[in-house]
Amino acid sequence: MALKYLIRENTYYDSVTLMIISREVKKIEGVKEVIVGMGTELNKELAGNLNLLTPELQKITPNDFFISLDSIDDNIAKKAFAFVDELLSKKKAESEDYQPSTFESALKYMPDANLVLISLPGKYAAREAKNSLLNNKHVMLFSDNVTLEEEIDLKKLAKQRGLLMMGPDCGTAIINHVALAFANVIRKGPIGIVGASGTGIQEVTVMIDKLGSGISQAIGTGGRDLKAEVGGIMMIEGLKALQNDPLTEVIVLISKPPDKEVARKVLSVLKEGKKPSVVYFVGGDPEVIREYGSIPGLSLEDTAHKAAATAKGIPIEDFTGFTVIGIDKIIKGETKKLKETQRYIRGLYTGGTLCDEAMIILSDLIGDIYSNIPLKPEGKLSDINKSYRHSLIDLGDDEFTRGKPHPMIDPYVRQERILSEAKDKETAIILMDFVLGFGSNPDPAGEMIPYIRKAGEITAKDGRHICMISSVCGTEKDPQNLIEQEKKLKKEGVIVMPSNAQAVRLAAAIVLSRRKST
Amino acid sequence: MTKINELFQEELKIINMGLQSFNENLKKQNVKTVQVDWEPPAGGNKKMLSWLDKLK
Repeated sequence: MALKYLIRENTYYDSVTLMIISREVKKIEGVKEVIVGMGTELNKELAGNLNLLTPELQKITPNDFFISLDSIDDNIAKKAFAFVDELLSKKKAESEDYQPSTFESALKYMPDANLVLISLPGKYAAREAKNSLLNNKHVMLFSDNVTLEEEIDLKKLAKQRGLLMMGPDCGTAIINHVALAFANVIRKGPIGIVGASGTGIQEVTVMIDKLGSGISQAIGTGGRDLKAEVGGIMMIEGLKALQNDPLTEVIVLISKPPDKEVARKVLSVLKEGKKPSVVYFVGGDPEVIREYGSIPGLSLEDTAHKAAATAKGIPIEDFTGFTVIGIDKIIKGETKKLKETQRYIRGLYTGGTLCDEAMIILSDLIGDIYSNIPLKPEGKLSDINKSYRHSLIDLGDDEFTRGKPHPMIDPYVRQERILSEAKDKETAIILMDFVLGFGSNPDPAGEMIPYIRKAGEITAKDGRHICMISSVCGTEKDPQNLIEQEKKLKKEGVIVMPSNAQAVRLAAAIVLSRRKST
Repeated sequence: MTKINELFQEELKIINMGLQSFNENLKKQNVKTVQVDWEPPAGGNKKMLSWLDKLK
């Protein structure tokens, strides 16, 4: 064992850059383990778990950059350290523009800036957000680890000043047709959205685009906005803004089931506003929505269908079926290929709300679902790394992303997981989402293909076939291109459905058809 | 008109603090941006930070 480390005091790089560099360095032959990061408590803990923590590293602070590496010999370590510097300087060279070092100097450089996008470590993020609001700038706060108290203070201040305070933990927004953080390229149109869920907004906007309609604005609020403590402050301000926006004709609201009082408050705002609205409380009760005169969505896709139909002035119907021709043939064909032991669906999700939506649809159709983010406490997996019966995993949840990039950026966790699911003789179906758009991996389908093939090789050895079903959340105008991504998956025999809801229903139909045939 | 509705009619001009990749994606969309080369203020010293905030 050759343990080498390097410390640079007071040198800051962002976490995503460093996590990706860590992964690149680990690919060097002869490198056994490596961690490249800032000296945060979490990184020190991770280094400890990998036996990479030295007494010197224990003393560093979150402002210090470090590399700690275990390799077969010192030459490999030298090579790896040089490679880190090469990657860091490449990153720096990518951006030749002037970069001021503080918000104040940025403001002098761009005094007419109207929005501040913040993705700093949580403990500093609220301070910078407040500073931005005090300078009358709208804020999108991507960072998490901001306390509830800080969130309430920020949102109250924003409301007082008439500003947007999107987040904390706001992953998606489209303002004036600019995709902010994780968002897709969507056609302009009459539908305005306020959402407390990142991938929820992404799926609905993408489906609206696929249906030939478009959006005016998509405002994110962060997942806690509709909790009793926050009281829906930004949801309400967002809805009012859309009601006053002449380009918005139909309003869509997406959120996990809110606090009851807050639900009534936001629904009242919609009712008073008079514009038609579609509301999807993911897994919530549609009755209260009807009571206030809004149209309840039954899934993210159904929400998009209803919003598009309302905008076009055509009759509104529940959409719970398929738009794919020959679906019965697919169901029969896939059912036939399954062996006696193959009974269960394994969902490997990168999008949290897509995983939620899948669990809601599946539990209705086929019964109990196990997960790391279960609908009911009894559905909690005892080991998140091992699926049990029908298991749907949100690979973007904190338990999987500690010290690692989110799977929408780096699909490494899913690459590993698909192989272990393939080894399990009970796996019948693997369900996957592929989220495109700005922010996401430049080629999410391409990244998975070698592992989809490997999974196929594993199952072929004992004459099994696993049915792989996916949906791609993206448009043809996204940087990754929807058609190209779908083509790659289809070439590998993956069934590609037009939405997450349809992918899930297909998986359920195969399970039900299998139950009938045995 | 509220400030949010005013924003809907303006060209977005963004100060990005944090992930460089977000800034690069904005530039790909021809958005005017300025990236802050951010470092923890007051060397990350919380006590110093609160003094600085009080001085403002």
